[in-house]
Amino acid sequence: MSSESRRETAAKIRHLLDTDGPNIEAQARELNAGRVDATAAVEDYEALRSAARAIKEDAIANLPDLVDTVRDAVEANGGRVYVAEDAADANQYVQSVCADADAETVVKSKSMTTEEIEVNDALAAAGVDVYETDLGEFVIQLAEESPSHIVGPAMHKSREEIASLLNERFDPEEPLESAADMTAFVRDYLGERVREADVGMTGANFVAAESGSMALVTNEGNARKCAVTPETHVAVAGVEKLVPTVADLEPFVQLLSRAATGQAISQYVSVLTPPVDTPIPDFDADAFHPAADRDFHLVLLDNGRLDMREDEDLRETLYCVRCGACSNSCANFQQVGGHAFGGDTYSGGIATGWEAGIGGEDAAAEFNDLCTGCSRCVDACPVKIDIPWINTVVRDRLNRGADAGEFDALVEGLTQDDEPAGLDLQKRFFGNVDRVARLGSALAPVSNWLADLGPNRWFMERALGVDRRRDLPEFRRETFREWAANRTSATAAVESVDSRVVVYPDLYTNHVRTERGKATVRTLEALGCEVVVPPVRSSGRAPLSQGMIRTATDHAEAVVATLSEYVAEGYDVVVVEPSDLAMFEREYERLLDSESDALSSVTDRTYEVLEYVYGLVTQRDAPVDRLTGPGDGHAEAGPDAGGTAAGGRSGDHPGVVYHSHCQQRTLDLEAHTVAVLEQLGYDVATTDVECCGMAGSFGYKTDYYEVSMDVGEQLRGQLDADGNRDRVPVASGTSCLEQIESLIARRPTHPVRLIEPGDR
Amino acid sequence: MSESTRDHLDAFRDALDEAGVTHETVHGDGATAAVDRAVEEPAVGVPIDVVDGVELPAGVATDFAPTDLRSARTGVTRAALGVAETGSVLVESSERADELVSLYPERHVAVVRAADVVPDVPAATAWLAAEVDAGRESYVFATGASATADMGALVEGVHGPSHVHVVVVDEGADASEPGAQRAREVTEA
Repeated sequence: MSSESRRETAAKIRHLLDTDGPNIEAQARELNAGRVDATAAVEDYEALRSAARAIKEDAIANLPDLVDTVRDAVEANGGRVYVAEDAADANQYVQSVCADADAETVVKSKSMTTEEIEVNDALAAAGVDVYETDLGEFVIQLAEESPSHIVGPAMHKSREEIASLLNERFDPEEPLESAADMTAFVRDYLGERVREADVGMTGANFVAAESGSMALVTNEGNARKCAVTPETHVAVAGVEKLVPTVADLEPFVQLLSRAATGQAISQYVSVLTPPVDTPIPDFDADAFHPAADRDFHLVLLDNGRLDMREDEDLRETLYCVRCGACSNSCANFQQVGGHAFGGDTYSGGIATGWEAGIGGEDAAAEFNDLCTGCSRCVDACPVKIDIPWINTVVRDRLNRGADAGEFDALVEGLTQDDEPAGLDLQKRFFGNVDRVARLGSALAPVSNWLADLGPNRWFMERALGVDRRRDLPEFRRETFREWAANRTSATAAVESVDSRVVVYPDLYTNHVRTERGKATVRTLEALGCEVVVPPVRSSGRAPLSQGMIRTATDHAEAVVATLSEYVAEGYDVVVVEPSDLAMFEREYERLLDSESDALSSVTDRTYEVLEYVYGLVTQRDAPVDRLTGPGDGHAEAGPDAGGTAAGGRSGDHPGVVYHSHCQQRTLDLEAHTVAVLEQLGYDVATTDVECCGMAGSFGYKTDYYEVSMDVGEQLRGQLDADGNRDRVPVASGTSCLEQIESLIARRPTHPVRLIEPGDR
Repeated sequence: MSESTRDHLDAFRDALDEAGVTHETVHGDGATAAVDRAVEEPAVGVPIDVVDGVELPAGVATDFAPTDLRSARTGVTRAALGVAETGSVLVESSERADELVSLYPERHVAVVRAADVVPDVPAATAWLAAEVDAGRESYVFATGASATADMGALVEGVHGPSHVHVVVVDEGADASEPGAQRAREVTEA
């Protein structure tokens, strides 16, 4: 991406942060909180998710059979099934249905699939008037805009904006103002459209193949009306909506509304087997026509889906139930909405899979980088789709399709990877940050002075898109590994514990935040462990986050090869950086052979540092009194945190406020840190914001600096809130620490720096 | 009536409260009067023969045209099931036009047998799946009033009814039973 287009992206995002952002943020956060509460209330929520996913996996595997089955069933019921190859094919069919019905008007309920094929334009071209009946979708239609959210299409509009839109368009005697008045007005207007319509068009949330039944889920009741009022009903659904039977709907009925809106169930969940038996109300003639006159068409859209089915990495996208939970749970989405974080049709984390699958890879390129891989959506998704992985894969494919640009030669010297020549320089730079770090440490402190020089920051911004407003990491002359090699072990003679531990020298702990590595070694030694810090390659998180899968795989292979040797000799592995731990636990399975014994031998024995301390203390009676509690008062955060933490002396420790890392939460590791700190006597408060906003390199990029800071604003609010304002900010992730440093005046520290033994 | 059915019934009434649905529990012979109390005329309806001999009150038209449907203030239907977990009623979409009657007027009055209240969505879905297997069947789980938040705040009463009332016909009910009493208070409030 050129610096030009990076500026354009930044400008577009800046604009949306001001316009759509505030409305999206309020609603997406509310929906997300609703989802969290509604799913927490379900006893066997995880089992439900597994059941739902299993149904989808089987259905997609058997899709061709299900298509045959549903065709037979619908035809036996008296309807027709049409499998449309692409958008044009689907539109042509819908046009022909309307022509056969002599249709002047069509009423529609909200459907993303019909957005995908742009059927409204196709029908308008054929002289048919189309009315959206979902109120949000109607607003979007009036405004001639695109949906900003797959569930709440007009989420980006405030009540005031909607009121002016309606008042301008309809000029009512009394200008509309309240939500109730606007709703009543539009209901009446659309009610008339429904009564006079010749064709009703709906989507389908699910289609049960064996009976030809379809599930329609709405709160307004418009889909019910569109399906049963006009004589002709056309349902347009992606072919992936097929499941075998009505019984298979069960987990979805339980999950969908909870995931989407935090409701236990939506107002209306219809299970219709069209053509339905409801008599046809003819409001003009004031008579009911017999249901036998009903005409029903099920259009199943392929448009790339059958190819996605064959695509190992994109296939999961087809399990998507379009609930929008990945959007609502996403910190970046909350700030910018679907007009930035979305393609031609779909928005949010899963949109990358959809857009790439239906032929919109270019559209995916526009917004794909807004996924930072934080993985919060993985827990939010009711069918457990690995959305970050889909984003990574598509990023990798886009990288490989790119052309070489102006600064390539300059950056190539710094980086050596397996990636294509046209790879975006920003991506190549951040993806090879291990080499940058090695040089940085070797040349420190000169490298740090140079990096901060104005002209160099200018070059970095122009060529690499590294935002000048960010402080750069300060490289340590003596790396963590060098420090470890140059000292004599201080393992205390503790007989009750005989653990041998590899502390993994991740990139940042080794070159930048060396103090947390040292604190880890001292802590583990105090608890009786024998600790080594061997040379191990960096995890590959950096290249992976830039979509450089091949490079990341090289890293993964090297890391597992080294660590598995230690594990074979009886070592446990302790990881300081949570994003690297997540890499081992989640992404390595994707990069390496998931059956690999070496990998599972390593992951079985790998722990986050505070998780490991927790295990030593609670299960192996390690001498916890050797660690530092609030009353022991060893002091300050030191150079690791770059300043003085507000750590106090005995009796007056202000407590800590802990911000857990996104991936740490996904891996359920927040609790261990809190438990250890509390056992040592710290008063612990925690934050509950989705994400700090930094997300590795994301916050450094000129295109995204402002989104990153806007996301961080919520964290700043919590860290500086009453009751937290005097607490020591504590975070485990490098990115979180960097972001907190730029958000608030207090210097944050890693939890292991708080607890490390004082006698060092 | 078994103990568990009784528990479901209490849970059902709580869930109706939660969903903003008013309700009244009556003996079979009191159903017609209970419907009559809940109806605002003009009203249209479909037969509510959930229990032998239960008929629609005189003010509810069963023979109606589309314009009557449009101008009716209340639509009365039976419900095949009540779902205790969610406060939903399962309304059939049949040749009797119950889908339209439960959808077009601003008030929907649903009559359900206490014995037809099931504990949760899985039980209801299992029942529904068996119905569908048995033939061409269409139903809607309706839970509370139709609603939208698309206009900037939550508003009830969009394309469907703005008010829902459920009459539970409990052949084993004790009139002094606290649940029934509470329901009556809600209705009158």
